[in-house]
Amino acid sequence: MIVEDKSKLRYVSKDIPRKDGVEKVTGSAVYVADMVLPGMLYAKVVKSPYAYARIKSINTSEAEKIPGVRAVITGKELNYKVGLYVVDKDILAKDFARYQGEPVAAVAADSELIAEMACEKIKVEYEELEPVMDPREALKPDAPLVHPDLGNYSYMKGVFQPRPKTNIPHVQKIRHGDIEKGFKEADLVVETSFYNPPVQHVALETHVAITQALPGNKVLIYTSAQSPFTVRSLFSVCFGIPLENIRVKVPYVGGGFGGKAGIHLEPLTYVLSKKAGGRPVKLMMTREEEFNTIPSRQGLYSDFKTGVTKDGKITALEANYYWDAGAYADYGVNVGRAGAYAGAGPYEVPNCKIDSYIVYTNKVFGTAYRGFGHLEVLWGIERNMDIVARKLGMDPVEFRMKNVLRQGAYTITGEKITRSHGHVYDCLDAVAKDIKWSGYKSEEEREKEKKTGKVRGKGVALLHKAPAMPTFTSTAIILKFNENGSVDLMTSLTDYGQGTYTALAQIAAEILKMPIERINVPWDSDTSFTPYDWQTVASKGAFMSGNATIAAAEDALRQIKEIAAQVLKCDVADLVCEDEKVYLIHNPDEYLEYKQIVNGYVYPDGTSIGGPVIGRGRYIAQGLTNLDPETGQGLPALDWTYGAHGAEIEIDIETGEIHVIRLASAFDVGQTLNEGLARGQIIGGVIQGLGSALTEEFKFSKDGKFLNASFVDYKILTAKDLPDSMEQYLIENPQHDGPFGARGVAEHPMISVPSVIGNALYDALGIDYFRLPLTSERIYFGIKSGKKEYHD
Amino acid sequence: MKEYTKELNITVKVNGREYHESVPANMTLLQFLRNKLLLTGTKEGCGIGECGACTVVMNGKTVTSCLVLAAEADGAEIRTIEGEAKGEKLTALQESFIKYHGEQCGFCTPGMIMSAQNLLDRNPKPTREEIVEAISGNLCRCTGYEPIIKAIEAVAEKGNR
Ligand code: FES
Ligand code: FES
Repeated sequence: MIVEDKSKLRYVSKDIPRKDGVEKVTGSAVYVADMVLPGMLYAKVVKSPYAYARIKSINTSEAEKIPGVRAVITGKELNYKVGLYVVDKDILAKDFARYQGEPVAAVAADSELIAEMACEKIKVEYEELEPVMDPREALKPDAPLVHPDLGNYSYMKGVFQPRPKTNIPHVQKIRHGDIEKGFKEADLVVETSFYNPPVQHVALETHVAITQALPGNKVLIYTSAQSPFTVRSLFSVCFGIPLENIRVKVPYVGGGFGGKAGIHLEPLTYVLSKKAGGRPVKLMMTREEEFNTIPSRQGLYSDFKTGVTKDGKITALEANYYWDAGAYADYGVNVGRAGAYAGAGPYEVPNCKIDSYIVYTNKVFGTAYRGFGHLEVLWGIERNMDIVARKLGMDPVEFRMKNVLRQGAYTITGEKITRSHGHVYDCLDAVAKDIKWSGYKSEEEREKEKKTGKVRGKGVALLHKAPAMPTFTSTAIILKFNENGSVDLMTSLTDYGQGTYTALAQIAAEILKMPIERINVPWDSDTSFTPYDWQTVASKGAFMSGNATIAAAEDALRQIKEIAAQVLKCDVADLVCEDEKVYLIHNPDEYLEYKQIVNGYVYPDGTSIGGPVIGRGRYIAQGLTNLDPETGQGLPALDWTYGAHGAEIEIDIETGEIHVIRLASAFDVGQTLNEGLARGQIIGGVIQGLGSALTEEFKFSKDGKFLNASFVDYKILTAKDLPDSMEQYLIENPQHDGPFGARGVAEHPMISVPSVIGNALYDALGIDYFRLPLTSERIYFGIKSGKKEYHD
Repeated sequence: MKEYTKELNITVKVNGREYHESVPANMTLLQFLRNKLLLTGTKEGCGIGECGACTVVMNGKTVTSCLVLAAEADGAEIRTIEGEAKGEKLTALQESFIKYHGEQCGFCTPGMIMSAQNLLDRNPKPTREEIVEAISGNLCRCTGYEPIIKAIEAVAEKGNR
């Protein structure tokens, strides 16, 4: 659906304040963290102090004696496995603890304090084992196996292929064109390697769930989660409880960023509740546990070999990705899959070979994180593009312009770019203009500037991302009318800050021709009441649920018109809706108000027709296919959103301190749904990405202990760390099947922020950096090294 | 377990209302507000003084309430997010947060508003630097801070409350 005349839009595209604003600024929004249920117990967990250990024995007898302790549980008594794509995880570690911080026992008690004291009394005997901490080491034939039983696990067939007796739960291959021919055609071949460390999402509300095991094999779950239906289905598979017996409720959620996409504390709180006689059990992670118990973003090693012709056309790209999945596969295998099919960047690469290895190690495991692998691969891809351009003696903007995907080109999975796709080049153009890009500075200019103690540099970087999701991903929206004609919009999408609920209300108001104030979006998602939605992930919410909202609103209008046609004695085609009324086209003085119809129309003599109007709309992903297991060819992407960043930075030569002067970002959003919310998403994402660029990194000791599980040692950016100025360009080349032409833009702002900083850093210093984060320390040592390439 | 259960009597004024309560000696002001008075608008993001989500105003100064013992608040006047709006009437700062999209997930918002309001009360026309300084102890992972700074600046320009 494309907007023909934008001036006619009343709600869509406008800067409308979020629906949940008042609740949030008054502190009245209730999060799971705030909730207390009658009879509720509090849980705490005992965690493994070792990265890899055999659990020899667990003695809980002392803990059980403490008054107020209602349940103590260990892995031994639990015969369940959980897993999203590869079912590889126990609810509590059994036999082996596979990362430091992994829960091995748990307690539910009358208070948190009692639970904590009981945990201290649990005695666990471990036999420490040699951990494997580096994915490249873990690939070696003699490496310790993190999952000796990998061959026995169940997994999603047709999509993933775990390799038994290795540390590899999946390898995603891409084979496009003829790679050898591509390198033969090249005048120049360049090889580079990069690294991203694992990092944390750092939602301000840590993971928390309250679960109650109810009689009749029923379960009630309140959880700070992104995807109530996914929690329910994974829970159902894990325990063999029918779906309809499980009710998952999600109230306000204090940030997610992918970290709350799957299933986390729900199974553990359930078994504790069961053991405690069915009392509800609440488990909330401490900030430390949020770092070293709850999953993170995977680390990545990436190697590139690029073939180009003298005039700057890419002929071949070979890439190897080694993902540090940590101890469990979770979303990590799918991140590695998405990273592969997007693994050449937004460029036309006629001959491409990618192997994306997802590798188990003894680290806290990886999961989905805003960008879903794209920030990681694009750190390398976009740094590589700059380096290749330079080796060619070509301007990096010009080099990109020569190779970006344009209409008629094919992606590396064989998808044809059509006129429904966005324009990468418009984004690149916008940011290059914004930062007044005029090419790298010369070596002389750089040396001269260095004498002043401060050097400035500029850079650009591109990005792309599409939702990574199953081919059959679907969603539904229900619009139910209240007696006064107002509407409740029911969705199981979770709005943890993206503003999707507000955007959906705008869409409903636009189509229903009624004021947005009269569209209410009730906050709790509830699997027993709100309609199905696969997951709140992948920047698919506004797109898919937006389309479903359009369908639901049209469905409601059809019902309203059918009743009105009877009352006004006309054909449905003779009616038009406006201002909550349905009019006769040929005589606008004859009309009915929605509120006369939506609960049944009553004639003057009392007879009545119709009944409550309920609009129903659905959307299922269009045209996606599974990827061929050997070649990766197929259609994985519902909608690609393209973007670009341009940056100007300043470096203090003496200290290595980096200061961002300007960060301009452009995205081809197709159609802006809400300008204020879109800018908010972009600014927030850019700053989160800047954290990945400048400060964030997990640190481990040699023997695999997590070293920086606090905000003092793991720095996220504060208000003091902002660029001097930021700009956002919302470019609108419509997506033909998007709601009003829109595409998702939730994750994208974060992607390629590290790359643009790395590229600007080269311009400033003439030094290439290959590892993140670009801390002042790393920059400083790079300067001191006197080298042109700094690999540490 | 003895030392954990020692109780003390305290008198605290919260949002203008006086409370007489008996609290365990080791209870934090944050736990007191949330668990005893059921004022859950004040959030816990770390519990160890590193995130600012638990910020309240105590005797005119912002504190991270997870680092203050309830017993230390004996005789004190506390302001929390629940006391900001007067009935349906939001403060100028709350209105401004909504207008400039200063809140996304909303979890840092109560603490952020308390820090910002305290600044505006002390200094009705703060500079950008003063605003940044005042909220630099409040972590926000969603907004990128810029919209929050704009929301505060707008109030500073137009006048507080
Ligand atoms: S909860 Fe008090 S500073 Fe984080
Ligand atoms: S709005 Fe989510 S942490 Fe600030």
